[in-house]
Amino acid sequence: MIPTSHYLFLSLALLIIGVIGVLTRRNVIVILMSIELILNAVNINLIAFSRMWGQVDGQIFAIFIITDAAAEAAVGLGIIIAFFRNRETVLADEMDMLKW
Amino acid sequence: MLDTVLFYFFASLAVLSSVLVVTRRNAVHSAIFLVTALLATAGIYLQLNAEFLFITQIILYVGGIMVLFIFVIMLVNLDVALHQVQFNRQWWVAGVVTLALAAQFVAAFVLARNSPAGRFVFGPPQARAAQLQPNTELIARTLFQNYTLPFEIASILLLVAMIGAVVMAKRKV
Repeated sequence: MIPTSHYLFLSLALLIIGVIGVLTRRNVIVILMSIELILNAVNINLIAFSRMWGQVDGQIFAIFIITDAAAEAAVGLGIIIAFFRNRETVLADEMDMLKW
Repeated sequence: MLDTVLFYFFASLAVLSSVLVVTRRNAVHSAIFLVTALLATAGIYLQLNAEFLFITQIILYVGGIMVLFIFVIMLVNLDVALHQVQFNRQWWVAGVVTLALAAQFVAAFVLARNSPAGRFVFGPPQARAAQLQPNTELIARTLFQNYTLPFEIASILLLVAMIGAVVMAKRKV
């Protein structure tokens, strides 16, 4: 069987890619997709530790994180639609109405 | 042996398609590669004896959330954004921050490897896979016996998210 550390490194790689996506992309929809990647990395971690200890509690946490991801995607995409209706843009650095 | 081959197949597929999600210019292409990444992650779950989460991942993420993304990509006009610069001006700051984050995690791994508990993570796992079977029954029992309150709170969260999404996407409030 594969050691837990392999899964942790895979999860780290996905987390880093997701963080790069969140921090560098301008398109808000792609930023939301990168957040989904980060949440998936968390799930891999939780399930790997769940197998390591032989308890399903980690998988329960993963279910809650999937619930959270669904709620976040619904609200985030709703905000994007409302914003696009008002300002005709999906680029994050043009959403600067709070700027002085 | 087969275990290792499957792990490296799914892991490389997940990492490769994640990189493509972040780098593609067209948001629809990003969405398609995100589907591939999520399916590869589902394969990893199956390998980790989490059959229920494997199915949940496919039905909920690939079937639900990704359809939502595709809908919004079609509702929002992306033609203008397609021909503009895709990365913002602070990308090098982001690179430095991400490198620092990765260095921190690798340092944590090195420290954990030398600690007494490191053999649990880095050594071969004990044969505990049988304890996770039957997977769906165990999850149901734990979820409804030990985690009833978080379960109810999660349902309220979904209700709030549903109302919020409807209110925000409506034309006139």
